[in-house]
Amino acid sequence: MADNLSIQGHATVSDSPSPAEMVKPPALALGPLGWVRANLFNNWFNSILTILILWLAYKVIPPLLDWLVFNSVLPGEGVTNQTCRASGGACWAFIHEKYRLILFGLYPYEEQWRPILVVLLIIGLLGLSCNRNFWRPWLLGVWAAGGIVVATLMWGGILGLPFVPNTLWGGLPLTLILSVVGLVVAFPLSIMLALGRRSDLPIVKSLCVTYIELIRGVPLITVLFMASVMFPLFLPTGVTIDKLLRAQIGLILFASAYLAEVIRGGLQAIPKGQYEAADSLGLSYWQKTGKIILPQALSITIPPLVNTFIGFFKDTSLVIIIGLFDLMSASKAALTDPAWRGFYKESYMFVAFIYFIFCFFMSKYSQWLEVQLHRGHKR
Amino acid sequence: MSDTNRTVAPRPGDEVAIELSDVHKWYGEFHVLKGINLSVARGERIVICGPSGSGKSTLIRCINRLEEHQRGKIVVDGVELTNNLKNIDAVRRDVGMVFQHFNLFPHLTVLENCTLAPIWVRKMPKAQAEEIAMKYLKRVRIPDQANKYPGQLSGGQQQRVAIARSLCMSPKVMLFDEPTSALDPEMIKEVLDVMIGLANEGMTMICVTHEMGFARTVANRVIFMDRGEIVEQNEPLEFFNNPQSERTKLFLSQILAH
Repeated sequence: MADNLSIQGHATVSDSPSPAEMVKPPALALGPLGWVRANLFNNWFNSILTILILWLAYKVIPPLLDWLVFNSVLPGEGVTNQTCRASGGACWAFIHEKYRLILFGLYPYEEQWRPILVVLLIIGLLGLSCNRNFWRPWLLGVWAAGGIVVATLMWGGILGLPFVPNTLWGGLPLTLILSVVGLVVAFPLSIMLALGRRSDLPIVKSLCVTYIELIRGVPLITVLFMASVMFPLFLPTGVTIDKLLRAQIGLILFASAYLAEVIRGGLQAIPKGQYEAADSLGLSYWQKTGKIILPQALSITIPPLVNTFIGFFKDTSLVIIIGLFDLMSASKAALTDPAWRGFYKESYMFVAFIYFIFCFFMSKYSQWLEVQLHRGHKR
Repeated sequence: MSDTNRTVAPRPGDEVAIELSDVHKWYGEFHVLKGINLSVARGERIVICGPSGSGKSTLIRCINRLEEHQRGKIVVDGVELTNNLKNIDAVRRDVGMVFQHFNLFPHLTVLENCTLAPIWVRKMPKAQAEEIAMKYLKRVRIPDQANKYPGQLSGGQQQRVAIARSLCMSPKVMLFDEPTSALDPEMIKEVLDVMIGLANEGMTMICVTHEMGFARTVANRVIFMDRGEIVEQNEPLEFFNNPQSERTKLFLSQILAH
């Protein structure tokens, strides 16, 4: 009885669970050994799998590390392509030699501080927009100003900056410009398309359906080819549209069709009662859409939206086929130097790493945003 | 209890708030409303009951044009409901509606739910809208929940927020579409109390409900609908004690039996 009392007294003081819940799990489940046993060797099939995977790792990881690290050639005094060819490891000296070409393409060497600033500026703008407290109308103004600064830096021709035609743009800034401009324009367009597809107005609806099905039904390469080769045929002689702009338009057309379907999925998930409640309060169509329906629809479509964003970011590398020097094409260009021919593994790994950083950040940010937006009103 | 309520409440005047004449509606081939004639006076409190599928929800949803009627005429506060969007907006601004499933906006706080329409539809300054919202949230006795999200509230609390949200638009008429049907029994009373309070202040109300106690207490008139028609209407005492038609008697025996 006394024991009992003391346990209860203890429990209330320390606020811990009742004695019944405080029974310790069996020793087997505890400790690293217990974990290994429970997760890796809990039956014969899993045991075989574990051993197989360990064997594979033994076979793959040491050679990979040898190539990546131990036998690799780092840039330094007297390191040439010959040094690289002599060693069996990765030639990071090649990346050191060519990173300016890979990152900035054919942009004039002395002026490459400009695309560096552009990349930093775009990353800064994206970073700023990640903060929900800044989701205010002035953010649009900041973006507009940022766009002007980016254009000024890239083209130049004023403020004492030498003019650089956009045929010389390339590398990471081009990839970022194509992706960011593409998504910034395609996203609102896709919202309109998604709303249009659900519209009661027959003409609007059929236009949107036709557009979406048509664009979605052809490969991106086709859209890019059409934008670059066929589109000029329809223009009157003498009128030309810049190749970069044509590619950008092609990308926007393509992305908006895909995004529209993602957003339509979100719109369909909003219960009818939300529309009715908004209607019964006298909200107009655009108030209802902007204040009630879209915020909910976009928040539930974050995973597929970001999926499409990431896909689109990487798809911009297809502009290689119409002769634009984005990050991917520039890295291929770096390989054409006879002295450094053959170091494609290093080149592609470097580019893949850059793509990965951006995509991984998008993915992580979207997960964080999802939690933020769903906090509070989760049922 | 019912007597005191009746004496406190203003008697409905002669002024007509809602007038339905020969209203018909079809869902496809199905004839939901078969020539409804109904005139609601300002300050009048009407309870509509009837078996499911009788068209009672459809009827009140026609009054703020959530459903479109295909024949006949509906005039709300002097404005006829036609395809004219201006008229529809005008009617919706002045007619509040409370739904069976609350339909609160889950991504907005309770306070934002209440201020949204006054700010955007009535163009009211935010501070004033919040002040009014708090007044009505106090009235439905949940001012302390103002900054929570609907998902954090119980059903009864959500329905009271929904009522407050409607009241923030200072409606001339309130429509209730089975407001307590989705609630757990212990929460029905808190919602009905709010509705009784509203009735006592002279709000014009049309309420689709099976809460016969509520009908006895606050209604001026009880309407029984079946198969798209108004079968019988009367003062609550007469309606419950002396139903005329066989269908009404059958319905009442079923609903009052348990």
